Amino acid sequence: MSVSAVFVLDLKGKVLICRNYKGDVDMSEIDHFFPILMQQEEEGLLNPVLSHGSVYFMWIKHNRTERGTSSYSDCLCVCVYQVFTEYFKELEEESIQDNFVVVYELLDELMDFGFPQTTDSKILQEYITQEGNKLEVAKTKVPTTVTNAVSWRSEGIKYKKNEVFIDVIESINVLPRGIGHLHDVNANGSVMSSDIVGSIKLKTMLSGMPELRLGLNDRVLFALTGRDKGKTVAMEDVKFHQCVRLSRFESDRTISFIPPDGESELMSYRINTHVKPLIWIESVIEKFSHSRVEIMVKAKGQFKKQSVANNVEVRVPVPSDADSPKFKTSTGHAKYVPEKNLVVWTIKSFPGGKEFLMRAHFGLPSVENDELEGKPPITVKFEIPYFTVSGIQVRYMKIIEKSGYQALPWVRYITQSGDYQLRTNT
Amino acid sequence: MTDSKYFTTNKKGEIFELKAELNNEKKEKRKEAVKKVIAAMTVGKDVSSLFPDVVNCMQTDNLELKKLVYLYLMNYAKSHPLCTDCEDPNPLIRALAVRTMGCIRVDKITEYLCEPLRKCLKDEDPYVRKTAAVCVAKLHDINAQMVEDQGFLDSLRDLIADSNPMVVANAVAALSEISESHPNSNLLDLNPQNINKLLTALNECTEWGQIFILDCLSNYNPKDEREAQSICERVTPRLSHANSAVVLSAVKVLMKFLELLPKDSDYYITLLKKLSPPLVTLLSGEPEVQYVALRNINLIVQKRPEILKQEIKVFFVKYNDPIYVKLEKLDIMIRLASQANIAQVLAELKEYATEVDVDFVRKAVRAIGRCAIKVEQSAERCVSTLLDLIQTKVNYVVQEAIVVIRDIFRKYPNKYESIIATLCENLDSLDEPDARAAMIWIVGEYAERIDNADELLESFLEGFHDESTQVQLTLLTAIVKLFLKKPSETQELVQQVLSLATQDSDNPDLRDRGYIYWRLLSTDPVTAKEVVLSEKPLISEETDLIEPTLLDELICHIGSLASVYHKPPNAFVEGSHGIHRKHLPIQHGSSGPAAPVDQPQVIPSQGDLLGDLLNLDLGPPVNVPQVCSMQMGAVDLLGGGLDSLVSDPIIIMHPTLCGWKNIIYVLLSNSWSGPGLISVDFLLLLAVLNFCVLQVWLPAAKAKGLEISGTFSRRQGHMYMDMSFTNKALQHMTDFAIQFNKNSFGMIPTTPLAVHTPLMPNQSIDISLPLNTIGPVMKMDPLNNLQVAVKNNIDVFYFSCLIPLSIFFVEDGKMERQVFLATWKDIPNENELQYQIKECHLNADTVSGKLQNNNIYTIAKRNVEGQDMLYQSLKLTNGIWILAELRIQPGNPNYTVKNTLNEKVCPNLWPVLYNIIWMQLWMYYS
Repeated sequence: MSVSAVFVLDLKGKVLICRNYKGDVDMSEIDHFFPILMQQEEEGLLNPVLSHGSVYFMWIKHNRTERGTSSYSDCLCVCVYQVFTEYFKELEEESIQDNFVVVYELLDELMDFGFPQTTDSKILQEYITQEGNKLEVAKTKVPTTVTNAVSWRSEGIKYKKNEVFIDVIESINVLPRGIGHLHDVNANGSVMSSDIVGSIKLKTMLSGMPELRLGLNDRVLFALTGRDKGKTVAMEDVKFHQCVRLSRFESDRTISFIPPDGESELMSYRINTHVKPLIWIESVIEKFSHSRVEIMVKAKGQFKKQSVANNVEVRVPVPSDADSPKFKTSTGHAKYVPEKNLVVWTIKSFPGGKEFLMRAHFGLPSVENDELEGKPPITVKFEIPYFTVSGIQVRYMKIIEKSGYQALPWVRYITQSGDYQLRTNT
Repeated sequence: MTDSKYFTTNKKGEIFELKAELNNEKKEKRKEAVKKVIAAMTVGKDVSSLFPDVVNCMQTDNLELKKLVYLYLMNYAKSHPLCTDCEDPNPLIRALAVRTMGCIRVDKITEYLCEPLRKCLKDEDPYVRKTAAVCVAKLHDINAQMVEDQGFLDSLRDLIADSNPMVVANAVAALSEISESHPNSNLLDLNPQNINKLLTALNECTEWGQIFILDCLSNYNPKDEREAQSICERVTPRLSHANSAVVLSAVKVLMKFLELLPKDSDYYITLLKKLSPPLVTLLSGEPEVQYVALRNINLIVQKRPEILKQEIKVFFVKYNDPIYVKLEKLDIMIRLASQANIAQVLAELKEYATEVDVDFVRKAVRAIGRCAIKVEQSAERCVSTLLDLIQTKVNYVVQEAIVVIRDIFRKYPNKYESIIATLCENLDSLDEPDARAAMIWIVGEYAERIDNADELLESFLEGFHDESTQVQLTLLTAIVKLFLKKPSETQELVQQVLSLATQDSDNPDLRDRGYIYWRLLSTDPVTAKEVVLSEKPLISEETDLIEPTLLDELICHIGSLASVYHKPPNAFVEGSHGIHRKHLPIQHGSSGPAAPVDQPQVIPSQGDLLGDLLNLDLGPPVNVPQVCSMQMGAVDLLGGGLDSLVSDPIIIMHPTLCGWKNIIYVLLSNSWSGPGLISVDFLLLLAVLNFCVLQVWLPAAKAKGLEISGTFSRRQGHMYMDMSFTNKALQHMTDFAIQFNKNSFGMIPTTPLAVHTPLMPNQSIDISLPLNTIGPVMKMDPLNNLQVAVKNNIDVFYFSCLIPLSIFFVEDGKMERQVFLATWKDIPNENELQYQIKECHLNADTVSGKLQNNNIYTIAKRNVEGQDMLYQSLKLTNGIWILAELRIQPGNPNYTVKNTLNEKVCPNLWPVLYNIIWMQLWMYYS
């Protein structure tokens, strides 16, 4: 279970940087990678794991840089991707070559003999120096954090004002299913598949080694302790940052941890409930072959009147050969984006309970396009502040540090669109 | 003059000169220089600063020079910068040095690194220790023997008890890596104490460390369910980790240990429930992670469908999923489809079938067919959905739909044939072999209901030689079926296809099949009908399942490349002979491995079909050259031409191994070329075999135009002589009678020969003559020889034939266990004979089953030193018992059979009898 080598390639498949960890793979194997990738792409069989002989490449594409790992032995797949995402937050992809010394240093620390070691970017920053020659001057000791049980926080952090900011962000995914479902499930056309992916993010500005405890209105917790006051939320699945004591949570649902300094995602959760889609879209797209397409889209805010959705974008697909757009909107602004075959209808502020309308008219060429076009869904983007769909609440955040300082937690709630797709009725 | 003059001397010192000389171009000079250096070293001068220059001189083929360099190295190895850095006060530098050391993949150098490494393994700083732990794995890769000799493995084992969790994790990782090349050594020494240490470290170490530890835990075999449960309890919290690799590794441990928990315990049920949410959450990651997760979930769903049976919705495809995610989701959707969710699934699939990606659409259409076969209640909806799709007239959708409709017909015969007319409308648009073959099969199978079946099939015949083999074979079979159903109007068509297949084709498969049909039809149309139009075995509900033992092995590799490729590591890792295969743990208390009770039979996907046809269930895959030789053998056999075959009194198929395999293969591939073929019942096979040994006993030339061919069989406890009388004379025949000469078994006809109507010229009649063994006995030579007289209105004819001994094996031939034991001991040694059966790939259970069908009963089965021993008995009609011991060594296709006889048979008779029995047994075994 280990990685033989890591390569960073540019868009044309040229090797920018490589690191051979085990020496069991010929480094020229990477030459086969790109041709195979291209071939598979052409055949429509593209796949995150490619093979050439006994060498296996796991690759991801990051903006304009391709990255591949070649692995010889039976190897860990999932890990590799995460390493990349982690450290590439650190590096601007254009500057890989400019900073190759640092990149090599990073690659060295990330993995040893193909075994992933430390991937926490904050900690790596502590002892990976930006200029290679600083070594002699400053660093005379390994940050204890690297090998500590608390590997994500250094000692001796100091803030004048101790604060912690908590952001509760819920993304709502909506995948309305085919017409066939609608009458199967619910006569009024409500959505079949919807789930909420929430995440709690921290910005910690606390001195020392504080012990934190987060209280949520978790249904399981309330059932355990016998309290049943107020609304509770049943979380389907919870994932925690490595700082959270998982066994403690497993036994009594207490979320206790020593937080990493600065920004981090403390936890994420998934809730599988049938929620009304916050912004409901009804659409009529009438296509008159050889002449025109007429689109009518109605958007309805199905959330509390006091709340307001910001930056709402409704993206409506149009045929690729459509031309001469004309729009009429009851509010906001509609724009044709020909390169994506979309009409984007933007509404800056969308109060709950309101209903808006957009009409679009496109011409179609008299010669029909032969290519079969798919039926892309309408997608919606929005943000509703001070509000969570699930009703999750931070009930308390206890902060205990041995110096005994007082610290203030600040909480913000926001709901946004995740994978929010609605099928068009044509 | 200033003091600086001391520095400006042109004499730069001995060291400098040596340095220059060491880098001299001339080899001689360099050797000289090294000698000087050694000399200086010997008198105690410090020449360590010359280290890099001396090492440079190592690049030589001069042995003397080399030795000198080594001498120097040995003395100054400690002064190698790497070694000195290992003593640096800065732990970062110590760690860097020890890490780099391992990357110098030079065997000789490594020896000097042992000492520093030993120190680093005991370093006070955990960062250095954790790096040193990995370094041991690196060294092992370069020089395994040295690492063992130096005791580094023990040091690593000590590190498992280290106070620092990161060190523990790396030590575990290193040991796991090393033990992969030592499959049998118990390097990790997993005992309850160590496991406890690991579980403690699990809570504290970094995410990657957790993965090493979890993977290591998954290799542990808990001694009982209590221990398994307590480990599971401590592993379960890892399911909430944000790192998906940690989650997958935890899932692996739990999936393995679930095997050990009692299925009815509360904990088992709770654990199953806990597994589902984390798996679902994996699907909200990046597409690449989703893909890996889906490949793993595909395995989990096959092993334990109950975990995700409620979650089918999360596998619904999103419009913007990458294609590799879509295809995986689709596959899992079908596996989870059940009566409860079939409506949703179908609506989804119908939606997918209208998308643009051709591969995805095809798979979606195929999936609808799989739903119909899997969930009977949905079949009707599926069929109507498929019909809707056919109406779209999108070419590839139509073709794919026709392929799956064939499977639906196969599964639910006589239910949906009303749609055949619609299918026929699309005949012209089919251009893919799969779809053409499917359509042809449908036409042939339902020829009696399709008015213009002959026209339809004829239209395919025009370009016969341009078709793919699959289409040609199907077309041949379809036309033969048509002929058997409507003989009057299709004679010409069938002759045409037979001659196309046998005379104009180079393809041995096609020719074989053509000849077989030709022979079948010309010798005995009735039997032909029985064989060709016989009832087809049911097709299984699940397709594309991974074979259960492989599945179990893959479950042990969750979260690794093996689980993504659905192949065991040794299938794709080069030089993997050292990797030991992993197994799921076995629940204690039960004697054997947990038998996969409900595992449905695995059907290969369409693509594998041809390969499997050649092997049937007769053994593991035959390698290609063997297949070729088999086919060539068959061709030779039949190569003499059809006419000579028909007229000569020879056995149709020579009972050699290749002949048998071939005939079975040919006939089977006739019966239907679609999924489900492999599950052919052995009884059907036997029927085929019986037919195959139909011999021409009395050729027409010797009997004034009467030809008699026949065979013997045993059905429901009675013996029969199955004969076919053919009149090849110009006049009709009447007044048939039959009589047997005295024979070894006292066999006589129970009833007179019943041929009541005159046999007209060119007509044949099939007679099944019941037999018994109450007649007079006379020893014949050979023992099973039977002399027969047949009379008709023309003359009396004589012929002799051999009775297959198996028809004398009676149904109550199962001996009591105790009696068997006693008898076996009492039988004198001279009655014992031993034979070897070569090239038989069946396992003990299959053999036993097959033999039982022929009244050879397995009394006991034992496993001695990895060999399966079967003890069997059979009884002849005359009360003679025959006992046999069959020894099967796994992996060795040669069986050893030891047979004994309990009666005092005339000594010179026994081998004769035995030879015949032997021949018989041999046929059944192979």
